Amino acid sequence: MKWWMAIAALLVAAPVGAVLPDEMLSDPMLEARARSISQELRCVVCQNQSIDDSDAPLARDLRVVVREQLRLGRSDAEIMDYVVARYGNFVRLKPPVQMDTLLLWGGPFLVLLLGAGGLALWSRSSRAGGIESSPLTAAELAEIARLSKDGSPPR
Amino acid sequence: MKRWIFILPVLAFAGLAVFLGMGLTRDPKVLPSQLIDRPLPEFALPGIEASADGGPGFASAAFKGEPRLLNIWASWCAACPQEHPVLEQISAQGYKVYGIAWKDKPADSREWLARYGNPYAAVAADERGRTAIDLGVTGVPETFIVDAHGRVRMKQIGPISTQDWEQRIKPLMDRLRAEA
Repeated sequence: MKWWMAIAALLVAAPVGAVLPDEMLSDPMLEARARSISQELRCVVCQNQSIDDSDAPLARDLRVVVREQLRLGRSDAEIMDYVVARYGNFVRLKPPVQMDTLLLWGGPFLVLLLGAGGLALWSRSSRAGGIESSPLTAAELAEIARLSKDGSPPR
Repeated sequence: MKRWIFILPVLAFAGLAVFLGMGLTRDPKVLPSQLIDRPLPEFALPGIEASADGGPGFASAAFKGEPRLLNIWASWCAACPQEHPVLEQISAQGYKVYGIAWKDKPADSREWLARYGNPYAAVAADERGRTAIDLGVTGVPETFIVDAHGRVRMKQIGPISTQDWEQRIKPLMDRLRAEA
């Protein structure tokens, strides 16, 4: 086999997750929707995997439920709500924007704002010299005058 | 610059450490139930008898009149034998425990009950696991405390210890009995 054929084959191959052939729907459009919904749903057994990736029996059950709902003609949002009604927002791998997730979604911007504020404060103070200077005392002025008398300019 | 500004990062770190440290003490396996204070979802399940239809099981409609416990278990469940003596104790004290065998072959469920003893007032089989999904079950064992009106009042995730029963669940059951 030529090397470019191997690369082409790799490019064509789609990741299949944990979905078994007997779970799949015959309608490729519905199956594609099932895959995309499954990728948004967290497996409650192995919590950092989607049900599309997980081999847990409960994840399989939920994949089958998603496909059953699709066959009943439910929309993606309705199916999402169906699962959330049973397991809570925790099963959404992408949590919704609402009152109790405001800090979660707004947090990064808050930190960015704090950082920008700190940076502005720091750059302003460093431009102003950073070290606070007090005016010269009379003794210091006299010393300068004495040193300047020999002709060399004060530095 | 003023001296206190150098303390700020240390304070910020300490705050973050406390916040994240608190997060570490929480068990991520324990999900809050969506069913608390809501009626038990409707189901009607067959039993675990050897006959083709499994014999009589029970339905959600049975949860009326007095508070009950609904225990989800399985013969393949590792923590269930550990919980079993507590369930026996609960039923011996006169509280009704209903059992749903989750994703379990009825023959295996029967064998398990024959080996350990049967603490259940009634046993039903959820072989396909669909009722468990309606209940939001994430694993076995899990136990729902259902009041006299068929509403879920509490969910225990993982085996019930004697301490759980005596300190949290029994007082709730007694309160629910008084309410009914």
